[in-house]
Amino acid sequence: MTTAETNIEYEGESLKKRLDKAMFASRRRAFLLVLPLLLFVLVTFVAPVLYFLFQGFYDPTFSRIMPQTSAQLAEWDTVSEPDEAMYAALVADLVDARKAKTIGKVATRVNREKAGTRSVFTSSARKAAKLEAPFKEALIDVKKEWADPAIWEAMKTASNTWTLGYYANALDYRQNADGSYRRQDASRRVDTEVGFGDWSFTVNLGIHQLLFLRTLQISLMVTVFCLLLGYPIAYLLATLPLRTSNLLMILVLLPFWTSILVRTTSWIAMLQSQGVVNDLLVFFGVTNDDGRFSLIYNKLGTLIAMTHILLPFMVLPLFSVMKGIPPSYVRAAKSLGATNWTAFWRVYAPQTIPGIGAGAILVFIVAIGYYITPALVGGQDGQMISNFIDFHMRKSLNWNLAAGLGGVLLVIVMFLYWLYDRIVGIDNMKMG
Amino acid sequence: MSLPAYAGWGERLWYYTFRVLCGLIFLFLIAPILIVLPLSFNVEPYFSFTAGMLSFDPDAFSLRWYRDILTNGMVNPEATTGWWADVWNNAQWVRSMRNSFFIGIIATLIATALGTLAAVGLSRSEMPYKKQIMALLISPMIVPLVITAAGTFRAFSEFGLAYTHMGVILAHAVLGIPFVIITVTATLVGFDQSMVRAAYSMGAGPVRTFFKVQMPLILPGVISGALFAFITSFDEVVVVIQLASVEQRTIPRQMFSGIREQISPTILAVATVLVVISIALLTTLELLRRRSERLRGVTPA
Repeated sequence: MTTAETNIEYEGESLKKRLDKAMFASRRRAFLLVLPLLLFVLVTFVAPVLYFLFQGFYDPTFSRIMPQTSAQLAEWDTVSEPDEAMYAALVADLVDARKAKTIGKVATRVNREKAGTRSVFTSSARKAAKLEAPFKEALIDVKKEWADPAIWEAMKTASNTWTLGYYANALDYRQNADGSYRRQDASRRVDTEVGFGDWSFTVNLGIHQLLFLRTLQISLMVTVFCLLLGYPIAYLLATLPLRTSNLLMILVLLPFWTSILVRTTSWIAMLQSQGVVNDLLVFFGVTNDDGRFSLIYNKLGTLIAMTHILLPFMVLPLFSVMKGIPPSYVRAAKSLGATNWTAFWRVYAPQTIPGIGAGAILVFIVAIGYYITPALVGGQDGQMISNFIDFHMRKSLNWNLAAGLGGVLLVIVMFLYWLYDRIVGIDNMKMG
Repeated sequence: MSLPAYAGWGERLWYYTFRVLCGLIFLFLIAPILIVLPLSFNVEPYFSFTAGMLSFDPDAFSLRWYRDILTNGMVNPEATTGWWADVWNNAQWVRSMRNSFFIGIIATLIATALGTLAAVGLSRSEMPYKKQIMALLISPMIVPLVITAAGTFRAFSEFGLAYTHMGVILAHAVLGIPFVIITVTATLVGFDQSMVRAAYSMGAGPVRTFFKVQMPLILPGVISGALFAFITSFDEVVVVIQLASVEQRTIPRQMFSGIREQISPTILAVATVLVVISIALLTTLELLRRRSERLRGVTPA
């Protein structure tokens, strides 16, 4: 059979070869259509994001400014007492760093490893030029902290250009000088209750772990609220006659198309202590004028505003799945003797699971990276991980830690994206 | 699902409870958007209803916050000549409105042009690595904006693109691309490939086939993708916070700092204007959807 096929020739070439050529050409044509966009996205999106995440692994600050000390530290076994050669290298580097006005950067870098060492560097650097051998005694005379091996360990950790320290820090683990890891200092950990009622237990968590936990918790709660509110109206929209449901659909789509800033602003107007909701509660006698509820600038405010903003992301996929369920199935169940509840729970609800999956994962993905709403109405306890990343980028200027935290967040999001693709398929994603 | 005649009292009760429940959820969805309309006409600098407003006293309402949109930042609001030129050049909100439209429109053009071309390629059955490339192209929608903002800021700074209009435009174009890809590929699913073959067989080249045969049919999808891309850019603030200086401030950026720093009902007036814009966009989209259904022969209700 195969021999027969390959023997067919046309203009001196086997047909199979010609077909392969044609297929290759059409594949290339399709690919060339996608290529411009692919390059555009790679250059302006993928590369920048990878470049940012790379900062979490790469920090040349210390090794670049303090080359001699770094070379000495690389040899050091972290156990033995620092010797004269190390002190001499340190003094030489401090003199250079002071001259180049980069000592502040070094001080900040080591301070991240061991808090309270900032002034040790800046004041020693001021006097370093005047110091004479033996440098060990001279330096300890200037600042007695230099006798403490802990500061040398901090410097050794900081001198690694390539480091997993920031990603470890993002998960509240700190790197030791010998490359092993320890948990975040106890003073930067708190006991937190996890779970509900009888199933709750206490765990001791670092600030970042706590923040990730809170972010997951808020996202989960928003997803559940969206499902609880979205399911009934999606059901109503899917079962009403088309003319009515199209009209009601506007009530879902208008918020979807309205700026997030507008919606957040209006929730401030609604929920603040002199706002509409509190006014109504006072008017109906639920509370008095002094007992107005604080509904905003806290976690509750974040939850309410985010549920409102993300509700359309739940309703739209649910609606499109429910629209495809033939009403005859429920009728058949009822004619076979099922009660309304059984017909719904055993026949209708299982068919909506793809919609629930699509909506829930979509809402969760969007919620987990949310920034604007928590920043504006979150107060203290309504802040999420994105706000913390932003804080490190723009306030504390610790880009490396921001990259570490961002990398962890991105791993979670990418896992969810993969899950979404497995359950729903990205080509089934629909808009409006 | 109207109530059948034989429904018992339990069913009746549930039927009406369910409707009331849904009504409340719809109220939850729409009330915050409607509430800004009356509040933006407040004569007092508050975010809440005054006693005068509730008793419909005409003196409790004013257009002062709308005037403030125009005059805030003006060099000389009292001038008699050149007033509109002053508004156009100096008023803060007007400038951010100009920035928003300028950045939004150019970003949309880039996203739509590249996105449509790619969607045509992606919808061909012979496209290699279709799933992986699709996943990559949609990822800007999935990656948390803070990470996108940080990445573009760091990388764009290296090429002098930070704090420029061009930088914001490029970043926003990327964010709009997933929407164009999704809507245009969705339209192409219903596209009959034999029309392309028919055009080829009658001697049309690929470019001519695309513009004369394919494009008119997928146009509704392209336009709704473009609208999505535009609204994404128009509404985006996280990237702008990182990447833009005062010169590139957009409306949402201005609102963001407005809410944080000097909260005044001007924000509510701006919000009202934005609600009107989104109603206009929504209407356009709905009309396009109907046209697309008509073209494809799906009978509308």
